[in-house]
Amino acid sequence: MLYYTLKRLALAALVALTVSFISFGLLYLSSDPAIAMAGETASDADIEAIRQLYGFDRPILVQYFDWLQRAAAGDLGKSYYFRTDVSALIGERLPTTMTLGVCAITFAILLSVPLGVAAAIRPNSLVDRIALFLSVMGQALPSFWFALMLIVFLSVSLRLLPTSGSDTWLHFVMPTVVLGYYAAPAIMRLTRTGMLEVLSTDYIRTARAKGLRPPVVLFKHALRNAIIPVVSLAAVQFGFMLGGSIVVETIFALHGAGFLAWESITRNDLPTVQGLILVFSLFYIVLTFFADLINAWLDPRIRIK
Amino acid sequence: MSSGSTVTTTVTKASIYTRFTGHQGVMIGAFIVLAIVLVALLAPLLAPHDPYQQNLLARLIPPVWDSRGSWDHVLGTDHLGRDYLSRLIYGARISLLIGFGAALISGLIGTVMGVMAGYFGGRVDMVVTFLITVRLSMPVVLVALAVVAIVGGSLQVVITVLGLLLWDRFAVVMRSSTLQIRSMDYVAAAQAVGCSTKRILMTEIMPNVVNNLIVIATLEMAHAIILEAALSFLGLGVQPPLPSWGLMVSEGKDMMLFEAWLITIPGVALFLLVLAINLMGDGVRDITAPENRN
Amino acid sequence: MAFVTLLPQKTEIEEGAVSERVLDVENLSIEIPVVGGMLHAVDNISLHVERGETLCIVGESGCGKSLTSLAIMDLLPKKAIRTVNKMSLNDENILNFSEKQMSNVRGNKMGMIFQEPMSSLNPSFTVENQMLETLSRHRNIVGSQAKDLVIQMLEKVGIIPAEKRLRQYPHQLSGGLRQRVMIAMTLLCEPELIIADEPTTALDVTIQAQILKLMKGLQNDFNVGLIFITHDLGVVANIADRVAVMYAGQIVEEGSVFDIFDNPSHPYTRGLLSCIPVPGKIKRGEPLGSIPGMVPSLVGDFQGCRFSGRWGDAHEQLDGADIKLASTSDKSKTYKVKGSETHLIRFCCEDCLKKSYIFDKRKAS
Ligand SMILES: Nc1ncnc2c1ncn2[C@@H]1O[C@H](COP(=O)(O)OP(=O)(O)OP(=O)(O)O)[C@@H](O)[C@H]1O
Ligand code: SF4
Ligand SMILES: [Mg+2]
Repeated sequence: MLYYTLKRLALAALVALTVSFISFGLLYLSSDPAIAMAGETASDADIEAIRQLYGFDRPILVQYFDWLQRAAAGDLGKSYYFRTDVSALIGERLPTTMTLGVCAITFAILLSVPLGVAAAIRPNSLVDRIALFLSVMGQALPSFWFALMLIVFLSVSLRLLPTSGSDTWLHFVMPTVVLGYYAAPAIMRLTRTGMLEVLSTDYIRTARAKGLRPPVVLFKHALRNAIIPVVSLAAVQFGFMLGGSIVVETIFALHGAGFLAWESITRNDLPTVQGLILVFSLFYIVLTFFADLINAWLDPRIRIK
Repeated sequence: MSSGSTVTTTVTKASIYTRFTGHQGVMIGAFIVLAIVLVALLAPLLAPHDPYQQNLLARLIPPVWDSRGSWDHVLGTDHLGRDYLSRLIYGARISLLIGFGAALISGLIGTVMGVMAGYFGGRVDMVVTFLITVRLSMPVVLVALAVVAIVGGSLQVVITVLGLLLWDRFAVVMRSSTLQIRSMDYVAAAQAVGCSTKRILMTEIMPNVVNNLIVIATLEMAHAIILEAALSFLGLGVQPPLPSWGLMVSEGKDMMLFEAWLITIPGVALFLLVLAINLMGDGVRDITAPENRN
Repeated sequence: MAFVTLLPQKTEIEEGAVSERVLDVENLSIEIPVVGGMLHAVDNISLHVERGETLCIVGESGCGKSLTSLAIMDLLPKKAIRTVNKMSLNDENILNFSEKQMSNVRGNKMGMIFQEPMSSLNPSFTVENQMLETLSRHRNIVGSQAKDLVIQMLEKVGIIPAEKRLRQYPHQLSGGLRQRVMIAMTLLCEPELIIADEPTTALDVTIQAQILKLMKGLQNDFNVGLIFITHDLGVVANIADRVAVMYAGQIVEEGSVFDIFDNPSHPYTRGLLSCIPVPGKIKRGEPLGSIPGMVPSLVGDFQGCRFSGRWGDAHEQLDGADIKLASTSDKSKTYKVKGSETHLIRFCCEDCLKKSYIFDKRKAS
């Protein structure tokens, strides 16, 4: 287990490094930070001065390692637009996004795992059909449109929920539903197929041949095995969700990291964008790392070699 | 013997054909997709008006089912007085173009990577698996938005960016399918006989993974269409005055509380197209490889 | 497992001795709807097991052995349709038991051991966990008392020391050990009947012999009724008291192990026996027999003979065999072979019966 953890950790670090390099290179190649920084009215001489002052004229690798070194120390540079530390800015916005993410993944799991299990227990039953319908809908529903429709029908027509802001928990209901419903279909399908697969295994037959009661067979023997891949998927979906929060936060005016991303992209605020990509990626990497550990811990075949 | 084998192939072909026609999802999906493709191809013939023609005197006319609507603008007009139906019809071209284009690029990248990883294994596999992990770690929407914002939004840019980002599922699936096929006897036999790698890849591997490729291609097409709509909705995708469905929702957003149809109509179109493509993809998978769900 | 011994393994159940019937099944049929129609997987079979007796069911792959055993446990796949006239365990009619009542019987009064030791245990739980749950389910025994029982049972099946194995997971055990754990688990509640569906097929030959020996010993100790399913006649000769030969969903011949090996009467049984080299019965250098033709598809309305076209030279295979049949009842096509009360043979049609007579007469002349 220790060896496995270390190996996995090294991989995670390598992935993080590569991602940071790619995102740095991408933004470096696709724009001239000096122009962005100087603003639209600046003269060529001003731009040149800024370029030299901030070292934008050095080779990309030098700049990258410079940036990386500071990033490792928690310094992601200064925002061109807000004129504050990017790390502080992100740190300020992250809690909202995290709250949203946790609510949404919880909602998604609570919706899709029971539904997936129920669908697998009775294939082709009404429950199975409902589950299939919901997942097909969920996969085809553009989240931005779903969000707007919710606003139009729930907030405005029925006056049930607030439409924007993040003051009360009520403000989180619609964003949670939109974001969660986006992640639910994949989790539901995996739960269903996983359960179906496990239910047809020899060891489930053994459990039934031992006379165990159906709930024990289903929830102890079957679910325990079927849930292992679902854990990984939920972690992956959680990571995707944070990336997807940009759409939802923009629509519901939730001032989280996603909203910040949209603001800084429209304002060409490169250091903030770069910082956000790094933070989101790191988050995904950490998540999948822990998911793998949980996985290994849940599956004795990996845990005990 | 030869007659016997032809008989069996026609039997399986016929049964696959009936399996397709008997599969509700595929039939419904294919019907809708075909309809939308036809609409897109015949846009100039079908559109009642010029989709770009503004008419400030005829702004925000509701669709015909509303008491204020008229048959002149069946689906009404937008905030600039442009005919909504015509814009919707031309918008289908954009969605389909994005879907095909992005799926083509990402399909090429992902297939090459996946097949190489599956076939050669070892180091190649390690590198490809690593690249897939790296790609999955990058937030797609964020990166796409950032790049499009910097480079400038246009149809070509959006297609290219999405194409360069969405290859991961192709690579994952092609890798595992190739691994599976490679362990089969006939590939080993071909290797033993001394067929060249290129020949084996083209004649033994590709024909056998093509089913999975089609499935992923349809699903990724739908994915790209949704992403484009989201980017355009956020104002960082296809730029006005192009009639992208996502853009139409975005333009209708300000008036949505008064004229909900402004966002309902393009949204439903988008939803239907994506739903139909997904139904086809899921159906093809059910039919050709029911064991490969998820 | 080519070696066959025909020494008496156990004293035969004597005529008139009180025998306790553990399982009695009459007229069991199983049908499964498949794409082409209805698969008549098991057709009207009857079988019974006495306490302390081993009934071997033999037959080639796909003849319905596993389905039969699952039908007895009431664990058939959902889509399978079971029709049966009588099903009693220890004279208790379990035919109309609800699922709940059946689950009280399973693992308690009758247990089952499966073919695949590698996949029959849950990979996520320890040996201890999986054994304890049987005890707590049926006997309400928990805690250290239960643990002691588990250890005892593991030691009885030859897992010594057992303590160390308790905390291990199935993947840490070899196939043979896993099968021993399965056996121990099945014996925990001291069932009346054990159904073992090819328990040794997936194991190495040496392990096979060990497990077989173990099961024989345990069956004696616990005095249970054992249904042992196999397609290995060597195993049958080794372990069986009685044998039921299955072919294409039917029991074609049934009798004591001596009846079957010394006087095989159905052409299929003769064919099966000629497939294995029997020391002393087959001359050196003589080609091994095999049964020509194929098992027919049992899908759709099945008419005619299931053994059609597979008679081969089954007649000539058994020189000296003397088959005389006595009708047991007018309607059924089951006949007693003269000379043994328990030796039954079933023919699918009159033609078949006649062929046997022809053989019989020709021998006599
Ligand atoms: N779930 C099922 N659906 C359809 N057909 C089935 C199913 N289970 C078994 N069958 C069919 O029923 C027949 C009998 O199967 P069964 O498993 O009882 O054979 P068996 O005698 O145990 O063979 P083996 O020696 O291979 O274990 C076979 O033809 C098999 O294909
Ligand atoms: S003779 Fe008997 S076994 Fe042979 S084909 Fe006819 S019915 Fe079947
Ligand atoms: Mg079997």
